[in-house]
Amino acid sequence: MNFVIPDFYPAAAELFVVAMSFAILLIGTFVRDSRNIVYFLTQFTLVGAAAVTIMTMDGQVNFTFSNMYVDDLMGDFLKLMVYFSVAIVLVYSRGYMQDRKIESTEYYMLAIYATLGMMVMISANHFLSIYLGLELLSLSLYAMVALQRDSARATEAAMKYFVLGALASGLLLYGISMVYGATGTLEISGVAQAIYHQAANRTILMFGLVFVVAGLAFKLGVVPFHMWIPDVYHGAPAAVTLFIASAPKLAAFAMSMRLLVNGLFELADQWQSMLMFLAVLSIILGNLAAIAQTNIKRMLGYSGISHMGFMLLGLMSGVVGGDRHFALNAYSSSMFYIVSYVLMSLASFGVVLLLSRAGFEAETLDDFKGLNKRSSWFAGVMAMVMFSMAGIPFFIGFFAKFSVLQAVVAAGYIWIAILAVVMSLIGAFYYLRVVKVMFFDEPVDSTPLAASADMRVLLSMNGVAIAVLGLMPQTLMSLCAYSLLGSL
Amino acid sequence: MTGIPFLSLAIWVPIVGGLLALATGSDRNASAARFVALFFALAGLAVSIPLYTGFDVTTSAMQFVESYAWIPRFNIYYALGVDGISVLFVLLNSFITLIVVIAGWEVIQVKVAQYMAGFLIMSGLINGIFSALDGVLFYVFFEASLIPLFIIIGVWGGPNRVYAAIKFFLYTLAGSLLMLIALLYLFMESGGSFNILDWHQLKLGMDAQTLIFWAFLASFAVKIPMFPVHTWLPDAHVEAPTGGSIVLAAIGLKLGAYGFLRFSLPITPDASQAFAPMIITLSLIAVIYIGFVALVQTDMKKLVAYSSISHMGFVTLGFFIFNPLGMEGALVQMISHGFVSGAMFACIGVLYDRMHSRQIADYGGVVNVMPKFAALFMLFSMANSGLPATSGFVGEFMVALGAVQFNFWVGFAAATTLIVGAAYTLWMYKRVVFGPITNHHVSELTDINNREFVFLAILAICVLVMGIYPFPVTEVMHASVNDLLKHVAASKL
Repeated sequence: MNFVIPDFYPAAAELFVVAMSFAILLIGTFVRDSRNIVYFLTQFTLVGAAAVTIMTMDGQVNFTFSNMYVDDLMGDFLKLMVYFSVAIVLVYSRGYMQDRKIESTEYYMLAIYATLGMMVMISANHFLSIYLGLELLSLSLYAMVALQRDSARATEAAMKYFVLGALASGLLLYGISMVYGATGTLEISGVAQAIYHQAANRTILMFGLVFVVAGLAFKLGVVPFHMWIPDVYHGAPAAVTLFIASAPKLAAFAMSMRLLVNGLFELADQWQSMLMFLAVLSIILGNLAAIAQTNIKRMLGYSGISHMGFMLLGLMSGVVGGDRHFALNAYSSSMFYIVSYVLMSLASFGVVLLLSRAGFEAETLDDFKGLNKRSSWFAGVMAMVMFSMAGIPFFIGFFAKFSVLQAVVAAGYIWIAILAVVMSLIGAFYYLRVVKVMFFDEPVDSTPLAASADMRVLLSMNGVAIAVLGLMPQTLMSLCAYSLLGSL
Repeated sequence: MTGIPFLSLAIWVPIVGGLLALATGSDRNASAARFVALFFALAGLAVSIPLYTGFDVTTSAMQFVESYAWIPRFNIYYALGVDGISVLFVLLNSFITLIVVIAGWEVIQVKVAQYMAGFLIMSGLINGIFSALDGVLFYVFFEASLIPLFIIIGVWGGPNRVYAAIKFFLYTLAGSLLMLIALLYLFMESGGSFNILDWHQLKLGMDAQTLIFWAFLASFAVKIPMFPVHTWLPDAHVEAPTGGSIVLAAIGLKLGAYGFLRFSLPITPDASQAFAPMIITLSLIAVIYIGFVALVQTDMKKLVAYSSISHMGFVTLGFFIFNPLGMEGALVQMISHGFVSGAMFACIGVLYDRMHSRQIADYGGVVNVMPKFAALFMLFSMANSGLPATSGFVGEFMVALGAVQFNFWVGFAAATTLIVGAAYTLWMYKRVVFGPITNHHVSELTDINNREFVFLAILAICVLVMGIYPFPVTEVMHASVNDLLKHVAASKL
């Protein structure tokens, strides 16, 4: 038998994370009261992975593990964003988890494995490696939602998440099997080749595409596959909600890029019309349903649905009548949108965590009343996030919407752009309501904010980043465009 | 043009001042916040003055131009410049900001730093609106300027402030979002340029012009506000604190009118011509009908708010009759209304601070206890009703004259405002200031103090000087207005 040792270099960051995870598991098992050590080692793992990713970045597209794995600039960029947001999540959530006595080695381990899953998803060049990464991420997330064992709500959320997530995985697998049936391969570039050479059975392929898109829509949480979002966001411990609402969105974006753009690009006309349907429904339903929420986690959940819809607006504008001229512009707009959304999502849930304390969950709108009187600075940060999510300049959310809408208008879908802005006007209402309760209402709760210094500093920087990137979005925009160049 | 970037300074000096005022923090340092605000308001005015003194009145080209690539990815520039139309508003805005800071000096006692910062930041953003030569830059300033006023109305406003603040924000946002689509469409049509001056030269078909015209109209009509999308204004004015009302009336309403001149007319001249009868009709409805609405108000602030809508009807009328007299008259009217309505709201603020009531019925005989105030209030009321030798007369007269040139009956209808305007303003003045003292609270009123006297007197001087000798104002705008009219007359089809 001829065994070839694969090239480990493109997957160096993943291997580093795996090695570290084993080390942390051992320490967690054998060292008494290891939580501090585990926390710092986890952060070290993320920083180390970032360093390895940067060191192995060469601007080339490198394949490894028999073409099941790819290392390109898009992957590197998204992975860096993933480490970054997971690291922030861990800082924000630490105090919260400690207060609820659920900070444990398992929490950090699950976070690391979820990160690893996302890395695999981002770098997958094979339908099966995508699936493996997705399951690694999802299983870790299910367990994280259920960490708060004594909470009925969290358990219920975990069950819902698991059942619906398993269904989505099933749909995705079914779609993958059809794609395999039609093309005879599961390697992404192979699939693209087979479709290009007309070697695939169109009918089966179409069926497969529908299921793949449905599975993707589940993971992104867009209408009509969004049912799990509000319940899971609401039921999970706020720290875990923060996790779910941030980095996995980046991975889901990468998954969409790999499957649809790299793999099924020849079918762009078909999946673009599906995405248009999903996007429009998400923007409408997300914004309308968010108005009725009094629970801020649910509200942010619905708002997230509408943001994912906006992100899809970019993905659906890449190919116009067979013309691929717009692809880079459109996909990089989507990527910029998703990165901006993650930044805003981190800050918004960060403030929720900041206001929570032992025995108290700041999750209804009323808990934000009079925040300006309790802490002007963090009320200001939250206000910036809300204005940014509503798409008001000078914040990054405006340029995110701007670049996506620009792609939509360039593709000629003016009415969809008009619908999107009308809906974002409705969206502005519930974001304004948060600003209203913070600034215009009297506080009902005057407990001083208790949060660690590192969280305060980081949350402040997060807020400032939203404003500064809004003043100077060029760098991030061109980074997105540049990192996509090699992958199209 | 090289040299000191006065426009950038006019934008960023107040914004930096606002951030510094914010940094003074809690109300323990309230007086620090006040002095920081005063200093930066003065500095903002100081850097605006060279824009006027160094202005070349012989050309309609943009002056004090600055241009740097801001977001090269979308070809967006940080491009600033002023012509004869916009330079006056930068000045007016910087001036009004100073007035507002003085007007809120002792009146505001809670969250002083945030209040002062809100006005300074808004002042910078508004200067940005008037000097932006890039579509996105304009839009960004236009939208961002909503945030400070939203907070100001919501935090320091009256009892129904939350409703008013949210209504204000959503109404204006609704209009401007459609404008964003129009900007993106123009970006595409022009082959990737956001430069407003490029758009002025861009050929557009009638269908495209119509859609773009309506998108801009949605944005600017709400902002002006034109009948029938004016309903947010009375609410916002009534609930806003005095300073908010002053800025809203003096500057906020001018943004929409300015948008017409910078975007609608030159970019879509054919559509503007085609829809001019509609705009003229709406303007006349605003002038006459809203004038009568003002007549029956029992709340002073509401009365002045409706009178503002009526006066802004004059402005849109002046724009859409497309003759130099009308357009210059409209511009003069905008500047004059900035002083007069600002002063009216300031006067009502002075009364409100003492009595905590805006109801006309609660007053009567104020002249007996506040003679100095009554004299100044009288002057502003006269100006508001368009009495000759006040600034209010010049603009209204020019527009009416232009309207008669355009069509006698339009001019006739517009001129009725001189009667209706006098009726509602002077009748209110009479009921508030003259007559016997019927309410014992009125007899306890004290006359205006030095601070109040200073800012009212400054406004009074502006109103009088502009009424007697408007040449320094019209001289500046002359070349630009003629150029704009030439532009509108040339079809783009």
